[in-house]
Amino acid sequence: MLKVDGLHKAYGALQAVAGVSFDVAAGEIVGLLGPNGAGKSTTVAMISGLVQPDRGSVTVDGRRLAGDADPAKSLIGLVPQDLALYDELTARANLELFGALNGVTGALLRERVDAALELVGLADRARQSPARFSGGMRRRLNIAAALVHDPKLLLLDEPTVGVDPQSRNAIFDNLEALRARGKALLYTTHYMEEAERLCDRIVIVDHGRVVAAGTPQELCARLPADAAATHLVDGVLDAEARAWLEAHGLRLRAAGGAGSLEAVFLHLTGRSLRDEA
Amino acid sequence: MSAFLALCRKDFAQFLGNRRAVLMSLVAPVLIAAFLGTVLGGPPRQIEKLPVAVVDQDGSATSRAIVAAIAADASFAVQRLEAAAATDLVRRGKLRAAAVIPPGFGTAAARAFFRPDQPRPEIVLQYDPAQAMALAAVKGLLSQHVMQVVSREAFGGGEVSASVLREARDDLRNATQVEPAARDELLALFDSVERVQARNAGAGAASGGPAGAGAGTSTGAAPAATDGPLAGGLSMPYSTRDVEVTSGSGRAYNAFGHAFAGMGVQFILLLAVDFGLALLLARRAGIWQRLRAAPLSRALLLGSRIASGSTIAFGLMLAIYAVAIVGFGVRIDGSVAGFVAACAAFALMAASIGLLIAALGGTPEVTRGLAIVVTLLLVMLGGAWVPSFVFPAWLQTATQFVPTRWAIDALEATTWRGLGFADIWPQLAAMLGCAVACIGAALRLFRWQE
Repeated sequence: MLKVDGLHKAYGALQAVAGVSFDVAAGEIVGLLGPNGAGKSTTVAMISGLVQPDRGSVTVDGRRLAGDADPAKSLIGLVPQDLALYDELTARANLELFGALNGVTGALLRERVDAALELVGLADRARQSPARFSGGMRRRLNIAAALVHDPKLLLLDEPTVGVDPQSRNAIFDNLEALRARGKALLYTTHYMEEAERLCDRIVIVDHGRVVAAGTPQELCARLPADAAATHLVDGVLDAEARAWLEAHGLRLRAAGGAGSLEAVFLHLTGRSLRDEA
Repeated sequence: MSAFLALCRKDFAQFLGNRRAVLMSLVAPVLIAAFLGTVLGGPPRQIEKLPVAVVDQDGSATSRAIVAAIAADASFAVQRLEAAAATDLVRRGKLRAAAVIPPGFGTAAARAFFRPDQPRPEIVLQYDPAQAMALAAVKGLLSQHVMQVVSREAFGGGEVSASVLREARDDLRNATQVEPAARDELLALFDSVERVQARNAGAGAASGGPAGAGAGTSTGAAPAATDGPLAGGLSMPYSTRDVEVTSGSGRAYNAFGHAFAGMGVQFILLLAVDFGLALLLARRAGIWQRLRAAPLSRALLLGSRIASGSTIAFGLMLAIYAVAIVGFGVRIDGSVAGFVAACAAFALMAASIGLLIAALGGTPEVTRGLAIVVTLLLVMLGGAWVPSFVFPAWLQTATQFVPTRWAIDALEATTWRGLGFADIWPQLAAMLGCAVACIGAALRLFRWQE
């Protein structure tokens, strides 16, 4: 559904993106991971048409984007990190506006608005202003605004920032439902556990380049044993083995994937995911 | 609903959603226009009299007659005061001016009337420098009444004038530098004046009052009827009648007509700049990414902003004038279609200027400063505050190229001047041309990213 091929973008002397390539298939969630300044936002901006690449191409559903008014942009739904809603409008009016901007009108628009509100669980709040919503509800409406024109590709830039766990789970449910409907999702996040839970594949970028790409399992498999922070042990540790490990300053805990992925990231970039560039 | 209409509708909802802001957009220009209109003269009414004082230190029949004549003038509210009190009130700004008639004025003035070689008495005019325009009016008032009273006294045959005339005749007879022929002609003139004095003195005695009493006091008014020649003194050989040239005969000028045009233009322009500024602020927010991610051209995005801004400005202008008409007696005495067209053209031009200022400013911070300078200059030079006739001649010429002046001229033309559509087409064309130029420049200069 999305094919990113050799994207380059420089701001003066700063090479923000230097040859990023990856793809996202229909019915797939791909995580775009990287520390701050790695080039994620610039890459997303080029995919959504906000920034013109110096080189390379973006193809959505086989169509290469060209120009501000290219109708192919309607194939994309963008969920910006900042809440992108008008507090002066009701939730329904917000969705009607963004639907209309993408060429959806009339009865179809009303139908799509209803469907989007239903998906994010805000149908009963349609006539209220987002200003009266909780943080989680606003985030869900922010996603609905990108869905209302039924795009084939959804770009999500840190969509769960500042959201409570309950709302985050609700958002994950929404995204998984979209994947099940065949949508392609590119998901940018700082939260490794989110990537591990949601993403079918992960693309790790650093200094404007793709440093690794694959499923979480594939990425973990590429981690050298001595670089891993977590090791899996076949079999059951007896009391003597436990005592030996603790005597050597090693802590035992239940196995979890996020720790492994974090280690992969650290190994590849030399930085924690939340480090400054 | 197309994208263009959806964006316009969003702008309307945003503007109308903040009811306090809408109310202030209407109240602010009305309040300032009400104040300015009141300062400039308010609704049609009689012209206020200029407050002046006369200090009579002479106390002669001549000075008393001058004071009486000035006091009877319809253009002035005259107080008779002592010198110190008059000076104090002028200093405090309570009086525009005070005329001090010095001791011996009557005799000295009569002497100077017949003999130009004699020193002329001096009337001191004290005036408030902050209201110096009144000085010319007081000088004119004095010129008329002093000349009339002094000449009346000179020809009236009173004791002073008779004595002065005798003195003049004696001096002339003894003068050696005057040619004999000229001396004889002057003596003959003095003889004639003496006969006139004698005749007028007799007529005054017969009527039981001093000769020339009750002379006319109004500007250019005919002298009072008397029996003798020149008994009323020398008066202005013409009279004037003031006629306000407005939309029609008998239709008095309403200063609110100008005030609402000026303040309407000013506040609409400020609103338009705010509209442009809001676009720059939106550019910093996530909403801008969402708008830009949609398949919208730059022309559509900015064009919808101009369309909604123009519509709001147009509606607000009509609302401001509705208040002016209902509450302040402003009338659209000219072409109603012309008035509506002027409002619409100005609304479009204002929205375009607002967008261009935002495009030139680049960031909200710079745009704020730029907007203040541009708006104030446009408003001042356009004549919204101070009428442009007080400007120097070169500046008056220059302001003909100021967009706000086109708007104010067109609005005034179709309201209190009572002119038609055909009379304002140059202003309409200029405003529309300016709008097109601003839109073109804004489209070229506006940057999608800060």
